[in-house]
Amino acid sequence: MVSTIATTSPTIDQVWGWLDAVPDPEIPVISLVDLGIIRDVSQDGDEFVITVTPTYSGCPATTIINLDITDALRQKGVENLRLERRLSPAWTTEWMSEKGRDALEKYGIAPPQAAGGPARCPQCASTNLERTSQFGSTPCKALWRCKDCLEPFDYFKCI
Amino acid sequence: MTNAALTTDEALFQFLLRLGDNTLILSHRVSEWCGHAPVIEEDIALANTALDLIGQTQFWLGLAGEVEGKGRSADQIAYLRDAWDFRNLLLVERPNGDFGKTLMRQFLFDAWQSLMLAKLMKSTNIRIAEIAEKASKEVAYHVERSADTVVGLGDGTPESHARMQTALDDLYPYVGEMFIGDAVDAALVKDGIAPDPASLRNDWDDLVGRVMAEATLTIPQKPFAHVGGKSGTHTEHLGYVLADMQFLQRAYPGAEW
Repeated sequence: MVSTIATTSPTIDQVWGWLDAVPDPEIPVISLVDLGIIRDVSQDGDEFVITVTPTYSGCPATTIINLDITDALRQKGVENLRLERRLSPAWTTEWMSEKGRDALEKYGIAPPQAAGGPARCPQCASTNLERTSQFGSTPCKALWRCKDCLEPFDYFKCI
Repeated sequence: MTNAALTTDEALFQFLLRLGDNTLILSHRVSEWCGHAPVIEEDIALANTALDLIGQTQFWLGLAGEVEGKGRSADQIAYLRDAWDFRNLLLVERPNGDFGKTLMRQFLFDAWQSLMLAKLMKSTNIRIAEIAEKASKEVAYHVERSADTVVGLGDGTPESHARMQTALDDLYPYVGEMFIGDAVDAALVKDGIAPDPASLRNDWDDLVGRVMAEATLTIPQKPFAHVGGKSGTHTEHLGYVLADMQFLQRAYPGAEW
């Protein structure tokens, strides 16, 4: 069968660019690339291989993420693709991009800090904060509260 | 199963069932709190913990299915076995009791799981080491929270203190099983795949001793240990857990959504 689809194969960089436009399903202001879960894009013959690492073992978004990657690349004409899961090295919030960290804060989620707690309130920038709970609305977040503006906010946990 | 006939793959399969069944059954127990916890933050924390544990279950039982080589998926292993084929510790099938007892059980298990995973990260089996690396990051949060809660309630009001002491006294006879090795463990120790369960005891005693001292709780000095879960002899409670957990797949085999 003769293919009538574009004869030039996209480059690896193009695929990275397209993946950087796929939003995280739970936190749509950051992309999957910003989140640091796309570990590799490579070509195996005609096939593109996208290597993805889960954030948390039981994160229900994982299935949706795989579906979103496939959908986004198919829309760009990449039909021949394979997703691989990589567990090690385990995902760390250190892999989150600066662009992603800024976008999180603007959205009202305090980005992860090595110190283990938010640097400042994402609403008013106060450092007078308290932790409400180690666990939040998704596995990757904790609940904090600002004691100055009194707003509760999500903190993206450092792991 | 006779000891002489135990190949490394057979031992590995049993060991993976033990790991996966521990997290599966505990996850189910913890999820029973969903919508019932005393405050919403605790409700969310319990649901998050259950979610981490079910994710780890998918890894362990998925790998068990691969090792077994009969084409069974993690779901099939979880939903289509009966009680005698489960290999979880008796501790994790104990009923929840009150909130304090649930967190006491969680802490006793988290303390053990964090030590076990630290050893498994150095397993000669790379697949096991990778899962352990992933899971240990999550379990670090679990043990921090369960320890904090045990301290908060143990060193709390006279009522909460009394309940936590009762919880510890009730659950302690189920602790010993975590550290008693058998032929499955021995086969894996030999190849550097898994640690001797007894080798975790001192670190566990240190960790639990520190937390209980801070919680002003007294660790029972009776060495008696209920055993059986690791080889498939369970308490009556497991059957009720499975009746709830497996109902849908039993009533509508192969159902998907």
